[in-house]
Amino acid sequence: MTAARPKPGKPDARRAALYGSQAAGAGPQGMAARILEFGEELRGEGVAVGTSELLDAFAVLELVSWTDKADFREGLAATLAKSPENRKTFELVFERFFFRAAELAALTEGVREQGEPGDSGLDGDPREGDPGEGGDADGEGELDMDLIRQLVAEALRDGDEARMRDLARLAIAAFGQAGDGSGVIGVDVQRIRRALGLKAEAQPELPKEDPRSEGLPREEIRKFEAMLRRELERGQIERTRALPAARPLNELDRALPSGPLQDLAAVHKVVMQLKRRLKTQGQENRGQKRRTAVDVRKTMRASLETGGVPVVLKYKPHRPRRPEIYVLCDVSTSVTSASVFFLSVMHALHDSFRKMRSFVFIERISEVTGVFEKERDFRKVSEAIAKDAGVADISGYTDYGRVWSEFAALVEDDLHPRATVIVLGDARTNGRDPKAAVFGQIAAKAGRTFWLNPEPRLYWNYGDSVISSYEQYCDAHECWTTEQLEEFVKALTRPIR
Amino acid sequence: MPVSPASVSDVASGLRATGYLPGESTALVSFLAEQLGKPILVEGPAGVGKTELAKALAKYLERPLVRLQCYEGLDEAKALYEWNYRKQLLRIQTEATDSGWEKVQDDIFGEEFLLTRPLLQAISSTEPVVLLIDEIDKTDQEFEAMLLELLSDFQVSIPELGTVESTTHPVVLLTSNNSRELTEALKRRCLYLWLDYPALEHELEIVKLHTPELPDVVARKLVELVALIRDLDLKKPPSIAESIDWARTLLLLGAQDIDQETFRSTMSVIVKHRTDLDIVLERVGGKLVVGQPVAG
Repeated sequence: MTAARPKPGKPDARRAALYGSQAAGAGPQGMAARILEFGEELRGEGVAVGTSELLDAFAVLELVSWTDKADFREGLAATLAKSPENRKTFELVFERFFFRAAELAALTEGVREQGEPGDSGLDGDPREGDPGEGGDADGEGELDMDLIRQLVAEALRDGDEARMRDLARLAIAAFGQAGDGSGVIGVDVQRIRRALGLKAEAQPELPKEDPRSEGLPREEIRKFEAMLRRELERGQIERTRALPAARPLNELDRALPSGPLQDLAAVHKVVMQLKRRLKTQGQENRGQKRRTAVDVRKTMRASLETGGVPVVLKYKPHRPRRPEIYVLCDVSTSVTSASVFFLSVMHALHDSFRKMRSFVFIERISEVTGVFEKERDFRKVSEAIAKDAGVADISGYTDYGRVWSEFAALVEDDLHPRATVIVLGDARTNGRDPKAAVFGQIAAKAGRTFWLNPEPRLYWNYGDSVISSYEQYCDAHECWTTEQLEEFVKALTRPIR
Repeated sequence: MPVSPASVSDVASGLRATGYLPGESTALVSFLAEQLGKPILVEGPAGVGKTELAKALAKYLERPLVRLQCYEGLDEAKALYEWNYRKQLLRIQTEATDSGWEKVQDDIFGEEFLLTRPLLQAISSTEPVVLLIDEIDKTDQEFEAMLLELLSDFQVSIPELGTVESTTHPVVLLTSNNSRELTEALKRRCLYLWLDYPALEHELEIVKLHTPELPDVVARKLVELVALIRDLDLKKPPSIAESIDWARTLLLLGAQDIDQETFRSTMSVIVKHRTDLDIVLERVGGKLVVGQPVAG
């Protein structure tokens, strides 16, 4: 692993491509400059890297050799990434930054893969060793897709990484011959994967000796995809003789996980973190509120030290605000992906408040407070809601108007100014009457009303979204990343002034 | 004489010798902290050995360990120093008759009347120490701010006395369960170390170190089960300390294998919530061999 040193005189455009905004003009050479660029890139991803952090990183590099990749990375991480989330970002940026740097070095040094058309055929790719079947295959004309399928499946079953890497190249070559390339790496990876028929589920229709008939290990498939991605990226760099622009990590990488069940663990982690923060929320507002009550008992006790004279006053601590909460959650198909997340939020909020009642609705409303009290396992909760909660779902279309009327009838007498109502939904009425006035009545009775919309603000009020007619009665927040959710929770627990 | 490590591998083997098996980055960060004189902020789930690391470091570096356990409402008087009012009052009473206020004032704000608390103790100690500030996330933000001076300059200002500077450089560890976001200012002054549950082989090594008499088969099965249980969604996943406790329990019982009976009767060592017990029994217990022990 080396930090790249572009040779003097190479076009700046290339460096600009590598380092994005950083690189106008000939930058300084050497390790120090690279570390600074790396820090800059981390800042671009939202990691707070201050000058003092960078100074620490340099101090560390005096003690740690940069030739040892693990030590180098851990040393930098210890000084630059100071929370688990930042650490995750750090790993991604580190891989990307130094992988690109190595590619750039290879480009400037004129190191090529074997069999690369139009090159003098310098051999010895320093990173990969023997390109094997993949390298040779370019010249051989037709590639047998079925054979590749078989080989890949076997390699995945055995977890043989070296063969997987070779086969990744081979698959890309075969795929390229078929002329299916879209030019977008992410899309190509998925197409190749589909073409190879790689699934974690068992495929009993295939012949017995095919390893795919019993399903492939999920972990290995993920690894293979990563290899495909890497090889495609390398191919692109070689083809265009330039590095793709360093773009920010996809915003969606940090978006709320939704959809398939295997993401549930991730959702849950996010929610657990939120819950912990929520519990300690009250403390942060301590400085803002000067009005406190004297704790007589503690003050008397303290006065013993000063001979019975109460020199030091002791105060009663502020208790964090624990509001009474009503949550309404849309579980219709237009928000299926978001509802998984919605439900987990409800689940987490459930025991953080003094009193909480949860409802789910599609066309009609039904209360699920009991389900949450009984079940702790999230998967079971979602099953129970789908099965037993009896969400009246005749057409499958959300009817907000009806939901408001029913909700009002259900809780009318319980609502009071210290209650908080939270609605989670996309406010898409499918053309039905939104009955905003009824919602207004509910909002007027409750102390505070919030609306969480899983759609980006950009899409609000387009099509059948009627959020604006509700927004006049409540605080509407967009809520499709964890940060937004956290912002919301802060707003929720902030004391009323 | 306190030890001063020369390289990362020195630290790694030193920690090993004290019975603490450091992970990949633990030894590296400890080494850096010792060399650069920076505090380490250790974060991670409960029971992965954050506090143990401080103890092991103290043992390895042959320094005394000064520990400050944080809790909500911890203040300067408990953490830093406090004037000994009673003694001061006695002094004033005995001298009140014949000496002026000026003289008494000089007298009663002397070191004699100072009660040193852990932080001041670590700073003023004549031999180098390891200072452990445990569970810093339990305190208020104001307390963090108070720590800043200590962590960056290793000094404490006492208005009546002046500044107490450290003569020897303490190795400082702060631990946090991440129950609240710490301030940027505090993080800025620290090296960051994230400790997670160890990988399977690593934990196996730890268990074997603590219970060498436990049969290999059982030890391996034990860590596999613990890893499986941690993957479940529990209120409190089992910590390393609990794996070790479980290993000791099995050793005492002379278990040759973990079958359903053994598991059922001993699982309360690692799972400590009523609801968790049910989940574990259902998800993990069912997969085990019933009845007579079978090798493997």
